[in-house]
Amino acid sequence: MAVLSNRFQDNVFFTNSDAIINWSRKSSLWPQTFGIACCAIEMISAGCARYDLDRFGVVFRPSPRQSDVMIVAGTVTRKMAPIVRRLYDQMAEPRYVIAMGTCAISGGVYNTYAVVQGVDHVVPVDIHVAGCPPRPEALLHGFVQLQEKITGTRVLRVKNPDEPAMEPS
Amino acid sequence: MTEATVINEVTTDTGLSREVLLNLGPQHPSTHGVLRLLLQMDGEIIERVEPHIGLLHRGTEKLFESFTYTQIFPLTDRLDYLCPPSNNLGYALAVEGLLGIKAPERAQYIRVIMAELSRISGHLLITGALPMDVGAMTSLLYTMRDREMVMDLMEMISGVRMHTSFCRVGGVREDLPEGAEARILEFCDIFAARISDYETLLENNRIFLARVENIGNITGEDAIALGLSGPNLRASGVDWDIRRDEPYEIYGQVEFDVITRQDGDCYDRWKCRVDEMRESLRIIRQCIGQMPKGDILIDDPKIAFPVDKDLLAHSMETHIHHFLLSANGFKVPAGEFYSATEAPKGELGYYLISDGSEKPFRLKVRAPSFVNLQALTERTTNIKYLADVIAMLGSLDPVMGEVDK
Amino acid sequence: MVADDMPLAAVLQPFDQRVSLDHSAADMPCLLVPPADLVALCTQLRDDPALRFDFLSDICAVDIFPKTPRFMLVYHLFSVPHKWRLRVKCCLGDPATAPTVIPVWTTANWHEREAYDMYGIHFDGHPDLRRIYMWDGFDGFPMRRDFPLRGYRDDYNPMGVERPPEEGAG
Repeated sequence: MAVLSNRFQDNVFFTNSDAIINWSRKSSLWPQTFGIACCAIEMISAGCARYDLDRFGVVFRPSPRQSDVMIVAGTVTRKMAPIVRRLYDQMAEPRYVIAMGTCAISGGVYNTYAVVQGVDHVVPVDIHVAGCPPRPEALLHGFVQLQEKITGTRVLRVKNPDEPAMEPS
Repeated sequence: MTEATVINEVTTDTGLSREVLLNLGPQHPSTHGVLRLLLQMDGEIIERVEPHIGLLHRGTEKLFESFTYTQIFPLTDRLDYLCPPSNNLGYALAVEGLLGIKAPERAQYIRVIMAELSRISGHLLITGALPMDVGAMTSLLYTMRDREMVMDLMEMISGVRMHTSFCRVGGVREDLPEGAEARILEFCDIFAARISDYETLLENNRIFLARVENIGNITGEDAIALGLSGPNLRASGVDWDIRRDEPYEIYGQVEFDVITRQDGDCYDRWKCRVDEMRESLRIIRQCIGQMPKGDILIDDPKIAFPVDKDLLAHSMETHIHHFLLSANGFKVPAGEFYSATEAPKGELGYYLISDGSEKPFRLKVRAPSFVNLQALTERTTNIKYLADVIAMLGSLDPVMGEVDK
Repeated sequence: MVADDMPLAAVLQPFDQRVSLDHSAADMPCLLVPPADLVALCTQLRDDPALRFDFLSDICAVDIFPKTPRFMLVYHLFSVPHKWRLRVKCCLGDPATAPTVIPVWTTANWHEREAYDMYGIHFDGHPDLRRIYMWDGFDGFPMRRDFPLRGYRDDYNPMGVERPPEEGAG
């Protein structure tokens, strides 16, 4: 895929190929079972029977190597930060990060010696889901927004120079 | 250390080593949060388990010292995040003990109802998660379905599904809404049948029993020496429940049984929690029946917001007190107090030292999961295989928010 | 539970005047003991058949900087047979060392590690005294009153406070 990425012009063939590739990627986003703190409980609730995530194609995978998206659910401490980074590095591209909860977005109420003030100091974040903890519906909304972000991605087509990068190079 | 490291110290006749140092890392479906276990194994047989904690250490106790007493309630929510109202209750009792006040009776009943609902919610998660860890994946979905009902009740009463911050020093934040009692009783009726369902599903399941029976046996004396409390201690035969033996709030006025079991293995710890949920339903029903009408906050303008909100519009003095309370907080006389409550995980203690100002001088949380998790290091009797460690960890039910504070 | 019938006088006798009893707290009586007698007192509290304080609830370390003696260890004990509670306090100087009570109650292990990690109190005889919450290379003891809430500034903590210059031996 790397050879073919971002090489082709906008025409009906590659626009539709991109649409199909993006559709397949967004329809089966597989997150890691990686909950850190309280937000993990709401993430579990989102995955269970009432706010079913499975209908979005979201299946939790234990291994980072088999997952597409990492939901950082909870406070990232300085002791945990290298592990979060390592898990992110173990994911294969295309990979996305959802920062769930205010602790993951900006440290939350814990402005202390041990807490990283936002997981975006450690990994690049695509979607921020605010709340403490965010309701499962908010996480669902975050997934839908991630799907919308993926829908507009240029995979085979050449990127627009003014478009913000999905991931830093 | 993320890979299995083979240590060439123990060799067999064929010259191959069997000693393995395995990292059961913080990202693992069944570590119940960010817990890192280092396992020293001879093949699959466990020799030593070493938990590494602190991956969720957020500096809560240091933060306590810079927040006023009311601002601390949301921080206590996030300790044992499966049952926030219990944490709120313990902390409120510590501050009230130092102030020498008691909440009005209706507020005490509401607090106990919330605490028992949170006990059900906390036990439901582990009732479903332990079987899921050992392979019976369906149970978690069923228990989470019922947990959603409890979260609905919490939302109805306090406005939030988790992290309710519902208690205040001197009472609770708001009264129960219209129709709350009927809905809680409806939940009690539905849920009583569901507990029987879980037992039917799992109690006689040969695979589940093979995984949890006679695994991780802890004797009563060892459990006391290890500092275990709550269902972990009672499963080993020690008959101690703070709600019955050192009653706080209105626990002295309700009847309930203390569930003890004899063997102290993983199955007993799991079963203790299932039976405790039934007792919680009993307590809730009695509370709803006995709850009087009345105030939900004490009538002391120096400590609590006014009960009658209309006074705020009419009385300047009330207005000034309200402003001072919101801006500065209330002062607590110098002294110390240790409040012990029976949280779902065990003895939750708050040791409060006050220097007379609006912020605590030292607030230490005696987290039951912190002490319970130690049992994993010491007691590896009957934990023979790697699979048993998972069952043992699930049965001890640690919550990392509490372990790491 | 404040139990007036707690037979503490018998326990105090072997220690001459070194251990004192304090009833000022509203919730439970308190024994003040110097570090040298801590283990002996705890053993006696656990083994005395009239008391049987076999459950150590909590070890809390307190820093009252800038007052001295700077550190204090507070042990909360509970007697499972009698359902009594007791507090034992031990004042330590700076640098703080105390004997370990692991031989008395096994549960003290992690509590003492936490006190070491957060306050820098060293426990003589502890089998495995190392940090439990902070990572191994962390410099400083976070719960001490002179340690800033946001920590000291370094590459990974831009919001921290500037570390004050070292004074001699630190």
